Amino acid sequence: MTSATVSPAAALAVNGVPYEAVIGIECHVELKTETKMFCGCRNAFGSEPNVNVCPVCLGMPGALPVPNRLAIEAIVKAGLAFGAAIPAFSKFDRKNYFYPDMPKNYQISQFDMPFTLGGAVSFWLDDGSPRTVRLTRIHLEEDTGKSLHASAGGRLGGSTHSLVDFNRAGVPLMECVSEPEIRSAAEAVGYLEALKRTFVALGVSDVKMEEGSLRCDANVSVRPAGSQTLGTKTEIKNMNSFRSVFHAIDHEIARQIEVLASGGRITQETRGWDEAKGTTIVQRSKEEAHDYRYFPDPDLVPIEFAPSHVARLHAGLMSLPQARLGLLLDRDQLSVKQAQQIIDTPALFEYYEAALAVGAPPQGAVNFLLGELARLANETSTPTASSKFSPQALVEVVQLTAGNTINSKTAKDVIGRVWSEGGSPAEIVAREGLAQVSDPAAVDAFVREVMEAQAKSIADFKAGKDNVMKFLVGQVMKASRGKADPVLAEERLRALIG
Amino acid sequence: MSGLLDGAASEIARAVNARESSAAELVDAALARVGERDAAIGAYLTVADDLARDRAKRVDARIAAGESLPLAGVPLAVKDNMCLEGTRTTCASKILENWIAPYTGTALRRLLDAGAIPIGKTNLDEFAMGSSCENSALGVTRNPWDLGRVPGGSSGGSVAAVASGTAPIALGSDTGGSIREPAAFCGVVGFKPTYGRVSRYGLIAFASSLDQIGPIGRSVGDCALVYAAMAGVDPCDATTVDRQVEPVAARPREDLKGTRVGIVREFALGALDDGVRSVYETAYRDLEKLGAELVEVELPTADYGVATYYLIAPAECSSNLARFDGMRYGLRVEGPDVGATYELTRAAGFGDEVKRRILIGTYALSSGYYDAYYVRAQKARTLIAGDFARAFERCDVIACPAASSPAFEFNAKSDPVSMYLMDYYTIPMSLAGLPSLSVPCGYLTPNGSANPLPLGLELTAPLFADAALLGVAGAYERATKHSARHAPAAAP
Repeated sequence: MTSATVSPAAALAVNGVPYEAVIGIECHVELKTETKMFCGCRNAFGSEPNVNVCPVCLGMPGALPVPNRLAIEAIVKAGLAFGAAIPAFSKFDRKNYFYPDMPKNYQISQFDMPFTLGGAVSFWLDDGSPRTVRLTRIHLEEDTGKSLHASAGGRLGGSTHSLVDFNRAGVPLMECVSEPEIRSAAEAVGYLEALKRTFVALGVSDVKMEEGSLRCDANVSVRPAGSQTLGTKTEIKNMNSFRSVFHAIDHEIARQIEVLASGGRITQETRGWDEAKGTTIVQRSKEEAHDYRYFPDPDLVPIEFAPSHVARLHAGLMSLPQARLGLLLDRDQLSVKQAQQIIDTPALFEYYEAALAVGAPPQGAVNFLLGELARLANETSTPTASSKFSPQALVEVVQLTAGNTINSKTAKDVIGRVWSEGGSPAEIVAREGLAQVSDPAAVDAFVREVMEAQAKSIADFKAGKDNVMKFLVGQVMKASRGKADPVLAEERLRALIG
Repeated sequence: MSGLLDGAASEIARAVNARESSAAELVDAALARVGERDAAIGAYLTVADDLARDRAKRVDARIAAGESLPLAGVPLAVKDNMCLEGTRTTCASKILENWIAPYTGTALRRLLDAGAIPIGKTNLDEFAMGSSCENSALGVTRNPWDLGRVPGGSSGGSVAAVASGTAPIALGSDTGGSIREPAAFCGVVGFKPTYGRVSRYGLIAFASSLDQIGPIGRSVGDCALVYAAMAGVDPCDATTVDRQVEPVAARPREDLKGTRVGIVREFALGALDDGVRSVYETAYRDLEKLGAELVEVELPTADYGVATYYLIAPAECSSNLARFDGMRYGLRVEGPDVGATYELTRAAGFGDEVKRRILIGTYALSSGYYDAYYVRAQKARTLIAGDFARAFERCDVIACPAASSPAFEFNAKSDPVSMYLMDYYTIPMSLAGLPSLSVPCGYLTPNGSANPLPLGLELTAPLFADAALLGVAGAYERATKHSARHAPAAAP
């Protein structure tokens, strides 16, 4: 991930004045429901334009919205996963503004009584330091359609007309609003990754930025470190990947500090991230801000949550990525990178836990899981958990190598065989006599054999060409058919050559 | 055959179910009447000849297959703010003048399933905003009792269709009195059920928290029959109430013994013209003669009804009507860019009253005014509903005038506020969501007029007491026989 990159904004002091960034993130997450938020149309990405539509999501005269219960349950689960409060009453409001991709010219959203309030997202930066960002709220709304502009670049400017695809209109959308507690681009990405991991684990969303099922805006301001007053903020839009989130925020922080340090002022405005130019560009200023005339949607009745219903949803929550990450860091002492790689695939996490349950040491298991097993998984397009290599087999391999019973080459061969054929690595090693030869006398026999056959190399070595040793060890391994302990082999070679 | 058209809807359905008549014959008779009479009245914006004949065939086939339908072959006029698949649905607005509805609304579909035959779509004040039908952008509707007068509104076309005998039953919609006031003006029965009883799916919204579809008919019994066929929870309308619909009594009440009728102190009849007052005094006495006990009740906040309504309804309409923008359907006046296209389309497509209400509503919802106007109006609405709840601790139904005068002449109310005040007696009930109806209660001939004009008694019951309300109104109607009188335009 990009968060490892050293950022220009990392050095936040200019002319000796230290600055601090204050960042809040609003992100829109499309829910992965069967049907849309307020009608029975299919919620699917990538269909032919305007096929998943009906009078309701097209805003036809007389059509009425009916809320999707499962979408509401999904957002409640999302809130519960972050420890949010679920108010007993909630309601939908209308957000009024005109736009051609919005069929009713108002969006059904939530203004002052969202489904979830508060909660916190915990995550770890790559250096292992923990962070927590509080959530303000998560509310539910309907998505808009998509405008396609008939111009060369697909932009509105210069287009002769526009086309609208309403397949997306009415798709359930969660808006997650963070408190302005994020302090760097790396934290912003860490926060988003934690959201993504949780929503994927809950099964409430695909969270794919490239398909638009996750879209985010960042409010960025800077101020002298230690100041309690907030600086003027800008809103950054058009960030299409975690990478662009990182670079856009990092760039914006640096830009604002530069403006302030040179005696300038920040203008409150919306800026778009230009990926190609690597800079943010003014889109519109505050003066054009809308009055959305929010009011309770009279077509929808307030929604009540019985505590027992919320408790039932809470009980149904599985162990979440946030909790899993903490477990791997605290209990197993894995590195943040290792822990994230393990939990990012739920099946891999389960496999890892199963291996630990039958006696695998965490670090040893992870070395194979993220090493040779990951390589095989990639090569055969088969997840480790679906291969014939069982958690028990992993324990055996870890033990065989840790106790120097087999060397790494043998380990690799055995893993490859068990991966496709199954079976017990320990049995294979015993049956086929693959155990490492660690008896100095036995190794000496191979060493002498090599010394006789490679007189020239021995002479070279004696003449000071130390790098010939590698070749000689290889010859001992060959002579022993891979079974000699390579460390011992080198030791004996050096001793016997004298 | 046309004789059947002047009888009760239940009698029409009986005759069709018994195959003494057929839906096809009734539809032909009704369409012939429309041809004879409607040129003078102008109740219909669209006459659905082909659709009506096609549906009649289908109903007759169902009867032939052994089905028995509660509204078999009963011709139905439909206010033109309700979607009927394949027919023009205009809201009497230029912005939807040529819009063909792609689906049928729930209430209407239930009536079609029950055997009713839609013969046409009727005129209204544009988007149901008005009390005289004069705000229609697409036609003039005249009162069948006096062609120089308005039919009332906004459901003017539907009441005129029933009063002129072209359709025995009609659907209207009532937001602040749009069924009850015109029903009073045209001498028919108009019933606004409890909010949430009849699905709004397919009713083009004016003010969603107030709009309610209701039946219009020549008798309370006809209205009850239509109500029973369409009431009940609808999965397509989240504001419908999942609660058993009380069955309307099969046999009407003979008297009103044991019923307490509330007379509202704040609606004292002294404010009315002598002739009007005397009709209502008689009406109250008739209720008493039937055995009802008259009790005085108070609605101290009712006087704020009109002001409250004219914040809430415009606020909702400003949002509801935003979708008419020329982008996907309806009128489109092309401008140099999308913003100009919106402006030109809406400037050309909406009439003055609609624009006025969109402006009022936009203002009331604006940042800085929202708390002072919209929120305050909602609080007033709660207080008004509370007043009714307290009043109903002392009575079973409330009786009052449906309107302060009989139908007025065209162009008599050029000032919008004087028009808004026509709904003074109907708006509070709408704000409280109560079931309320207007039943003919007498006639008076104003000075200089050749014809007697009907007046309506408004009866209102507690939430979900729709069936009880119909029972009281039915007893009154049977005893007084005011509903039996025909408008001159409907003279056989």
